[in-house]
Parts: sequence; structure tokens; C-alpha cells
Amino acid sequence: MTIDVKTARHISTLARLKIPEDQLPAVANDLSKILAWVGMLDELDVTGIEPLANVNDGHLGWREQDVVTDGGQAQAVLANAPSQKADFFTVPKVVE
Amino acid sequence: MSDLTDLTMVEAKALMDKKELSPIELTERYIKAAERGQKATNAFVTPTFDRAIDAAKASQARYEAGQAGPMDGLPIAMKDLYCTKGVRTTACSKILANYVPQYESTVSQNLADAGAITLGKVALDEFAMGSSTTTSAFDPVVSPWSGPEPEKAARKLVPGGSSGGSSAAVCGRFAMGATGTDTGGSIRQPAAITGIVGIKPTYGRCSRYGIIAYASSLDQAGAMARTVGDAALMLRTMAGYDPKDSTSVNVPVPDYMAALGQSVKGMKIGIPREYRIDGLPEEIAKIWDNGAQMLRDAGAETVDISLPHTKYALPTYYIIAPAEASSNLARYDGVRFGLRVEGESLADMYDNTRGEGFGVEVRRRILMGTYVLSAGYYDAYYRKAQRVRRLIRNDFLKAFEQCDTILTPPSPSTAFAIGENEDDPIKMYLEDVFTVTLNLAGLPGIVVPMQLCANGLPMGLQLIGKPFDETTLFKTASALESAAGFNGKPPFVG
Repeated sequence: MTIDVKTARHISTLARLKIPEDQLPAVANDLSKILAWVGMLDELDVTGIEPLANVNDGHLGWREQDVVTDGGQAQAVLANAPSQKADFFTVPKVVE
Repeated sequence: MSDLTDLTMVEAKALMDKKELSPIELTERYIKAAERGQKATNAFVTPTFDRAIDAAKASQARYEAGQAGPMDGLPIAMKDLYCTKGVRTTACSKILANYVPQYESTVSQNLADAGAITLGKVALDEFAMGSSTTTSAFDPVVSPWSGPEPEKAARKLVPGGSSGGSSAAVCGRFAMGATGTDTGGSIRQPAAITGIVGIKPTYGRCSRYGIIAYASSLDQAGAMARTVGDAALMLRTMAGYDPKDSTSVNVPVPDYMAALGQSVKGMKIGIPREYRIDGLPEEIAKIWDNGAQMLRDAGAETVDISLPHTKYALPTYYIIAPAEASSNLARYDGVRFGLRVEGESLADMYDNTRGEGFGVEVRRRILMGTYVLSAGYYDAYYRKAQRVRRLIRNDFLKAFEQCDTILTPPSPSTAFAIGENEDDPIKMYLEDVFTVTLNLAGLPGIVVPMQLCANGLPMGLQLIGKPFDETTLFKTASALESAAGFNGKPPFVG
């Protein structure tokens, strides 16, 4: 699998991460190399093997009760906000 | 009298218990060491010496009141991936350069509750992605093992990574121990190439609450120290069930110190043939053979074992870890905390913030992860990697039917120079060839320093344990430590 510049641009859009046009060829090249390398996994037949997402599947219990233990700290929540108004985060206008 | 920085944590604690040493005296000595260490290595992102002095005074009061905790008065360094309330926490990323957490990570809180004194926040690869600490958005950390001037000016060595500030501070004797985190080898590789002990416990042993996430199913906190005993003391303090982390496991934490010096007689040590990879330097292979011999001399038996899917571990990791990273790092959007770079629309603001905020390696992994999770590729890459991950775990579970612990090299090379291995990302990824398997399988691993190589640089060995059997690791590691008698000291010490 090879990543071309067009695909690299598309991935950067999906990731919401701007990459300057002049860097796209190098990015595409790096990703292609890594994909070719991880392609090694194609040597393996994994039919019928259950995917492993969490190594401690058997150990983890359900939360016994879901109770509110914290809250009412708007100022702490907002302490690192790049932009805020009253008790809210603010973002560029979305609705015209 | 020898210098205070020569004391291990266990020794210093004993002296303080007997009132022959005060935490203030010890902390002041370490602050002096850390100031020199900072000039020589850049290990600290944010030193917190004033807080350390205040903490030392409080510690002194606890000793006087007979209420000292298990790590009371011991100065340590904190990897800058642990959220510390009121102290800037950056993950060494531009995107978090000014982030001041409003809460404390569980592990750093456990250490503080035990009386440990934090000297400051130490550097790492950006978001813990790297093996050299050079992907940090700040100045790279120079290993204390870099030769004395003028050699050092010509060739500065890396302290490994991602926990490179931690390894530098501990081997350079300007912290008694340090926290690390390990997603693919980030505690064990730096420990191996700086001549210290590093333990990554079983996944779920330590709480991940308040540790900035990289790849959540692989990330685990651990301890770095100069001796096996100090690492045991520290991990005992850090570990434990935490309801705030749903993946932390509710099992008792044994007293690891009790395992030290226990006999390894009759134990079975697995030697995996697949770890004798092509291109493994002869010297490292020899250290491995010597380690096996040391354990046989101590009464253990070595057994040849096979871990047939070993070579697939790195490619599996480089699908799963970036996939999880792309999801975890989606939170850095310029809205709630961290850097914001304005744009014409909300979408532009996201694009600009993330485009400017992340460094090259982090960007690469986010893109790779986004790709393998995208429609049409999810099954071919991500699902497939999760299936191979099970094969890798099964290899270990099967091997452990024949042995109690597994002995391997921890790293394919001694410390390399800053700037080396950076022309091709895969070259750097290969640094983790012996460590990454454990993260995928969720197993504990410890690295013990063994000897100096012909180039004057240290190398250790890795022991791999059964799930939640850190006790056997500490026992075996302590036998290796006694047999090896490593006493290498870097050219720079604080």
C-alpha cells in the first residue's frame, strides 16, 4: 500500500491537522514506508483469532454504582481555557 | 564520609529513621546536584526546588513526630507526563507548553502521600513518542554518559526515551529515583542504556489516572532507580487499585522488598531463541549469555523457549499505538486547554492549532493512526493487528508453562548520539524490538544494569514476568544485580 500526496492530504483532513503543501510529499513517503513495513503482518493467517483489545479482560469488574462524586468547579475546569466567557468555553462562530 | 548522593533510597531512609540524616540536608544536597545536572543535561522541563524545600521541612516534621511514610524525605524526579496540581505539565509538547493541571495524578499523589519529595518535572519525547528524548519540543536531554569535554561537545549522547529526563537524573545522581511511563519500552530502554534499574509493572498494576495518555491499552507507569531495592520500594508506593482508572486491577500489592535476596534456586529461566536477532551486537549477546550463567550459578535452571511471533510485535505496535494515539490526542483542539491558533472558522482553528502544536513524530503517528482506523482500512490494519496481538500474548502464556521468568537483552545497542537514527523513522522504532512485546502482552518487565561495554557505555538485561508476578522479577533481578556487581558511574554526576 502506497500513500500518495492526495491520500496524505485526505488523512490530514480526517485528523484535523494542517500540513503545509510543501511537506505533504515527505509525509506521504514516510507513511508509505511505515505501511510497507507493517505489511509484514500479511504473512500471518489470523482466521478465527479473537482480537485482543484489553489484556486484563478477565480482571475488570463493572462499576458497582455510578454516582456523582465531583463537580461545581467551573473555574478549575476553565482555568486552562484559551478563551472563555462567563462559565463557558468560547469558539469561533459556527452558525451564521 | 562518602557523598550523600552515593546513598541508595533504602540506605538514606534508614539513616533518616535513625535521625542520622535529615530530609532537609538530603534535599538541599540533591537540589545542588540538580542545578548542576540541569546545566549539564537539560533534564528538567520545570524544576520545583522551592516546593521541594517546603516538602522537606514538612517531611522533617513527620520524622520528628514519628509519622514518617515509607518514602519520606527521598528526593525524586517526576516525568512531565504526570499531571501535577498547580505545576506546569507539558508532555514536552508545544500544544501543552503552558498547561497547569487543576488535579494530581494518582501515582504522583501516592508518592507524595508516602513522603517522597519531587525536585521537578523531567523531560520526555513529545507525548512519550520516541526512544531518544529528541522529539521533545524543548531542548534535547544530554546523557550524563556523554564523554567529558571536549568529547562531549563533539558527541552528545541520548539518555534513551521516552523517559530520558528520568534516566538522566537518576544515572547522573541528581535524583534518587524517578517516575517513568512505558508504552513500548520507554522505561526499560532508557534504563538499559544509562546503567540504571527500570521496572514496567503489569498493565493495570498502577493507575493511569492523570497520566497524559498516549496509547491507553499499552501505557503503564513504573519506577526508575539505581538499585533493584530502590525500584522495589518505589513501585510498592506507586502501585495499587484506583477506582478512577477503570483498567486498574483490584489485586493486593505485595511487599516487593521482601523478595530481595531470596534464593533463585530451582527457578526456571526461559531464554527465547527468537530474541537472538540478526545484527545483535556480539557484546550484547555475550552479556545475555553471562547473565544466564550467573543465574545458573545461583542455582536456577535455564530453559530454551520459543516466542514464535516476536518479529511481528513491532509492526503490530506501530498499528495499535498510533491508532490509540490518534484517538487520545483528538482532545487537543484548542477549545478547553492547551494551545489555540486562531482560524477563519472553527474547523480552521482545529487544523491550525493541531498543525502548529504537534511535532513531526507525533503528527506522523496521528496520521498513521487516523489512516488505519479509517473506513476501508480498519479490518485490514487495526483489527488484524489486534488479532496478532493475541498471538503474541499467547506465545508468552505458553512459554510460562515451562519457565518462571524470561531473560532477554533490553536494547539492540548502547546509547547513540543525538541526531543519530533520525533519517528514517523505522530505524528509531527498532530500538524497542525487545521491549515492545511486553506492552502488547501486558506483562511486567525489569531492566538491571550489567556492565560497561568496550565503548565505556552501560548495558543491562531484561527479565519478563508472568502477569502480576513482579515479586519474581524483583527476586531474580536482585540475584542478577548481586552477581553482576555493576558500579559504573557516568562522566557527569551531580
